[in-house]
Amino acid sequence: MAPRREKIGDLDVSELRDMLARGELAIRTGPLTFRIQCDFPDVAASIHSLYAAHPVLIRPDFADFHVAVRSPHNLRRWFRPQAEFFIDGDPPFEPLPRDQAPALLEWGMNWTIAASCHQWFSIHAASLERNGRAVIFPAPPGSGKSTLCAALAWRGWRLLSDELTLLDPDTLRANALARPINLKNASIELLRSFSPDAEWSPETYDTSKGWVAHMRPPAGSVARMHEQAMPRWIVFPRYVPDAEPMLTPRSKTATFMPIAENAFNYGTLGRTGFEVITRLLDQCDCYDFIYSRLEDAIEVFDWIAESDQEPRQVSSGGGT
Amino acid sequence: MKVTCFHLLIQLLNAPEREVGLSLADWDRVLRLARRSNLMGRLAESLEACSVRERLPAQVQPHMAAALALSAHQSQAIIWEARHIAAALAPLNTRVVLLKGAAYAAAKLKAARGRLYGDVDILVPEPQLPEVEAAMMLHGWTAGHIDPYDDRYYRRWMHELPPMVHLKRGTVVDVHHNILPRTARNAPLAERLLQAAVALPDSPFAVLAPCDMVVHSATHLFHEGELGNGLRDLLDLADLMTEFSMRDPAFWPALTTRARELGLLWPLRLAFRYLVQVLDFPVPPEALVDAGAGSMADRLRDMLYLPGFRPDHPLCASPATAIAKSLLYLRGHMLRMPPGLLLAHLGRKGWMHLYKSSSRTAV
Repeated sequence: MAPRREKIGDLDVSELRDMLARGELAIRTGPLTFRIQCDFPDVAASIHSLYAAHPVLIRPDFADFHVAVRSPHNLRRWFRPQAEFFIDGDPPFEPLPRDQAPALLEWGMNWTIAASCHQWFSIHAASLERNGRAVIFPAPPGSGKSTLCAALAWRGWRLLSDELTLLDPDTLRANALARPINLKNASIELLRSFSPDAEWSPETYDTSKGWVAHMRPPAGSVARMHEQAMPRWIVFPRYVPDAEPMLTPRSKTATFMPIAENAFNYGTLGRTGFEVITRLLDQCDCYDFIYSRLEDAIEVFDWIAESDQEPRQVSSGGGT
Repeated sequence: MKVTCFHLLIQLLNAPEREVGLSLADWDRVLRLARRSNLMGRLAESLEACSVRERLPAQVQPHMAAALALSAHQSQAIIWEARHIAAALAPLNTRVVLLKGAAYAAAKLKAARGRLYGDVDILVPEPQLPEVEAAMMLHGWTAGHIDPYDDRYYRRWMHELPPMVHLKRGTVVDVHHNILPRTARNAPLAERLLQAAVALPDSPFAVLAPCDMVVHSATHLFHEGELGNGLRDLLDLADLMTEFSMRDPAFWPALTTRARELGLLWPLRLAFRYLVQVLDFPVPPEALVDAGAGSMADRLRDMLYLPGFRPDHPLCASPATAIAKSLLYLRGHMLRMPPGLLLAHLGRKGWMHLYKSSSRTAV
C-alpha cells in the first residue's frame, strides 16, 4: 500500500522536490489552495519545513492559484542570479536575489491573496483566536505586531494569520490562513529563545528589510485552520524598549481610519468596505498596547481573553 | 488539451448559460486563462447576467464574487476619474472625446460590463493640445521624469502626449490628438472623427459615433505590437457590433462605408476575420463581402494573429506562439512608422535596454 500522504510532512524532501519541480504539488492554507511550481531545492526544503503540518494535494483538479518561482529568462541566470515570482505565467513584481527565493514565495503568496481575494475584506493585520473570539492587530511594519503574534501563537492563542486578516463581509468572521510567520532582525533571536521548539526557515538578508526568517506555525493552529473566529478586539501594539506594559482604551472613531488605511481592498469594496468597518467597530473593543517584554504581553492578553468569558450581546464595548 | 481549454473559455463567454458541462478541472484551466487575459470580470458578469452563479462549483464561486466586486469598483472608478478630467478641462470650452474603455463606460455600453480599465484615453483637437496639457498639469497630472528620448518620441511622432500620471491618485491619462501616429501611413483626419462625435447626455464629454468607435477599436487592435489584451479587445468589438446593429438596422453597411471613407477598411476586415475565426461571431455575409474577401496576405497574417489572440499563458504556449508574438511586435511598429525611423527607434530602445535591465517602460 502506498504511504499515506495527507500532510506535507508525510512526504520526504526529495519526493517533495520532484513534485514541486513538476508543478504537481498543492498546499491547502485555510480556505485557499496554492499549486506551486519551482525547481529550487532550497524552496523545496523551506516548504518541507514550514508547511509540515499543512494538508498536501497532489495534482488536484482545482487550485485557487497557480504560482511559480523561477530564474528570470535573462543573463542574470549566470551573473548574480535572481528569482522571480509568477502567478499564471505573469510576474507581478521585480525579481529578487536568488537566495531570497523561499521568502519570495511567501511574499508572493501574500500578494496574490491581497490582490485577488475581494470576496473578503482583507486587512494588513495579524489575527489570533481564543474561545472562538479573535483579536486583530492592524499595525504598520516595525510596530512589533508579528513578534507579538508569534509569541501569543505559542501561548494559548490560535494563529489565524500574521499578515492578512480576511473577514467575510456578510458574517464578519475572520478566516484562518495559518501561514508561516515572517519575522525580522532582533525579533528572530527573541523568539528563538522564547519558543525554542519552533521550526524556522534559514535566515536571509534583504536590503529593504534587514534579516528575515519565517517560523513554522504551531501544529494546533494548522489543524484548526478551517475554523473561523468572530472578531472581538482590535489592538494596536507598539514595542517600546524598557516600557512597562500599558493597555489603553481607544476611541472607535479614531480606529476607523487606521483600519481603512491598513485594508487592502477598502476602496475596491466601496460601500461594503465602509459597512464592514462600521460593523466591526460595533462589536470590538479597541485598545492601544505598549510593551517591551513578551511575558508581560502574554499576561495582558490572558486577562483580555478571561475578562470576556461570558457570551454577551454586542454593545458599545469599553473603547468609547 | 491546450486547444480545448481556450475554446472552453470562448464557449463560456459566448454562451454562459451552458456552463453546466464543465468539470472542476475545466474550471481550473478556464479561470487561469481568464485571469491572464483580464477577462475574470467579464466572465463573472456574464455568468451573473444569466443567473447561473449558484449552480457553479463551490470552489469557483468565491472567484466570481471577487471578480464582480472588482469590476463594480472599476466601473465606478473610471467614471470618477473622468469627472476629475472634466473638471480640469471645463474652463477650456473645448470638445473632449472619451476613447475606448472610458467611452464604453460613460456611454453605458454593454462592452463596459466587467471590464478592467488601465488608462483613460481622451481625444482633443490638435490646436488645443498645449492648453489641454497645461490645464491637466494645473490639476495634478504630469508626465513626470520622462526620458528626453521618450518625450521627443511622443511629441514628434506619436498621436498622443507622453502618458500623464496624477500625482496623488496615480491614475494615467493619455491625451490623443489622433487615433494613429503621425508616422503611420494611413492616419485619418482627426477633424472628421471629432466632427462626427456624439455628445453624451448629462455629461461634459462626447464619444465617437458608433461606426467610428468600432473602426477605432479595430484600428487600435491591429496596430498594437502586442496582444496582451487582444482577446479582450476582440470581445469589445463583438459587444459594440452586437449592440449597434441591434439599435440600427443600417449599421453594417454604414460601418463598411465609414471605414472605407477613413481609409481604415483593412483593420475592419481583419476584425471581421478574427471575430469569425476566434469568437465564432456572426458577422453578416454582406458585411464580409463588402469589407473584401480574405487575400493571400490575410491568410499569412493568420499565422501571427491566431496564436496572438490566445492568452499569454503556459497552458496555451508553444514555440510557434513565441515566434508569432515577436513578429507581431515588429509588425505593430512597422505600421506605426517608416522602416528607417523604425530601425533607429528599435536600435535606440535595444541600446537603452542593455543598461536598464528592469525597465518596463511602455514604448
